[in-house]
Amino acid sequence: MAILVIAEHDNKQLKPGFANTVAAAAKLADDIHALVVGSQCADAATAAAKIAGVKKVLVADAPHYAVPLAENMAALVTSMAKNYSHVLAPATGFGKNFMPRVAALLNVAQISDISDVVSADTFVRPIYAGNVLATVQSSDPIKVITVRITGFDAAPDAPSPALIENVAPVADSGLSEFKGHELTKSTRPELTAARVIVSGGRGMGNGENFKLLEALADKLGAAVGASRAAVDSGFVPNDYQVGQTGKIVAPELYVAVGISGAIQHLAGMKDSKVIVAINKDAEAPIFQVANYWLVEDLFKAVPELTAQL
Amino acid sequence: MKVLVAIKRVVDPNIKVRVKTDGSAVETANVKMAMNPFCEIAVEQAIRMKEAGSVTEIVVVSIGVMQCQETLRTALAMGADRAILVETTAEIQPLAVATVLQAIVGKERPGLVIMGKQAIDDDCNQSGQMLAALLGWPQATFISKITLAGDHADITREVDGGLENISVKLPAVVTADLRLNEPRYVTLPNIMKAKKKPLEIIKPDALGVDVTPRLKTVKVAEPPKRGAGVKVADVADLVNKLKNEAKVI
Repeated sequence: MAILVIAEHDNKQLKPGFANTVAAAAKLADDIHALVVGSQCADAATAAAKIAGVKKVLVADAPHYAVPLAENMAALVTSMAKNYSHVLAPATGFGKNFMPRVAALLNVAQISDISDVVSADTFVRPIYAGNVLATVQSSDPIKVITVRITGFDAAPDAPSPALIENVAPVADSGLSEFKGHELTKSTRPELTAARVIVSGGRGMGNGENFKLLEALADKLGAAVGASRAAVDSGFVPNDYQVGQTGKIVAPELYVAVGISGAIQHLAGMKDSKVIVAINKDAEAPIFQVANYWLVEDLFKAVPELTAQL
Repeated sequence: MKVLVAIKRVVDPNIKVRVKTDGSAVETANVKMAMNPFCEIAVEQAIRMKEAGSVTEIVVVSIGVMQCQETLRTALAMGADRAILVETTAEIQPLAVATVLQAIVGKERPGLVIMGKQAIDDDCNQSGQMLAALLGWPQATFISKITLAGDHADITREVDGGLENISVKLPAVVTADLRLNEPRYVTLPNIMKAKKKPLEIIKPDALGVDVTPRLKTVKVAEPPKRGAGVKVADVADLVNKLKNEAKVI
């Protein structure tokens, strides 16, 4: 049976996690269908058709799909799921929101946040903030899965694009209504897609001091992240948060500044390729996961680093 | 309006867990337990809504072993009115949680269910969404603000890239994110008062629900450790190593 991968997009562009989710699906079977649910989302559908491994792109285009409200997403996906052995979505805010709803409507378990595929019914997923890896086996007829996108390398572009077909939308549930977005404006890359991330913690002292990190990030072409402590203290918005309850990232280079290294934070970044930690406390636990660590006052080290790059 | 808050007893988030030597499970015997932090935020939100006059009664529910009574007593000491323990020693997975809560909602008929967005033990992030699905109710996950407005609730949600504002019809299931509020500490007089508040214990069988696990844990293991890193002398040394050794800049 085929596998359905649900694409995250903004009606124009795909979010980077799609190609990683397709890569996870490719470990299960060859027949992969992508589902693009949106409003005037032809561009996103065209982009999905260009990812290697995707055999067919199904498009549900309707005004009430302009934003992916969970009730509407779940109703549509559930109506299609019976033709598939597996339904996959990225374990981002998008997938986490509606996929459990799909699973419950299908009366199956969801397998959350898989980081590896063992076989068609057995998967590895991190638990306890990534301090433990559980291997779980599902006996349900349809496997509803969210994918940790850092666990799978993105599928490449396809030599020739897949077919695109329309599917009928399901009527608007009317249960919830979108009112608006307040999105963080930034010219920097998105955290989950960035090659380099510069993150600040409680040691930054206040939100104003994050400008130091922004200057460094601009030199490195990096995204700016933060620990939960920095978010809790109100230094930066919640969508900066890297960690167990925030975003899971695995960039080429992760620079942790003034971050002590609570397990909740390590959970979100310890799969980064190279980790640099700058902290004046020589005992900070972040040093245990760092490839390179510098014991120095960040207010001295960060401007110096920015200047030397 | 009556509000139902579902809470979970988990290993204290500050404890580093260990895997049992046979790799079958995480060691939870003789480990300090606590209320899941996101559940605390959910309880706090219900109490604030009651203090603001929009909620009349707060019922807290937990599912699990007898010791979950302690977690429920904590919620009562914070300010919840009444507690229900669905007592079982079985492993309860998210779909089973949602099924049990669906039955409790059928009995209690709350106007709103508040839950934590995620338990910090299994990190599943499912139960609230599943409960909403089984009830056919709207859902609002990862909320950072909620205002009740007659037949609906105005919600601000944490989404990747910022915030999203939605309006959901009531009754609904909402799940709390970090910034919804900061939970209060319980005081000794309130702990004493909580001992007198009603706590009902029932079995899943009495609710007529099937809580059989759907997922089998084949094994658990600790992830591979990162190799030891090196301390750099100064910024110049760091830049040199990043350029010439790690080759990432």
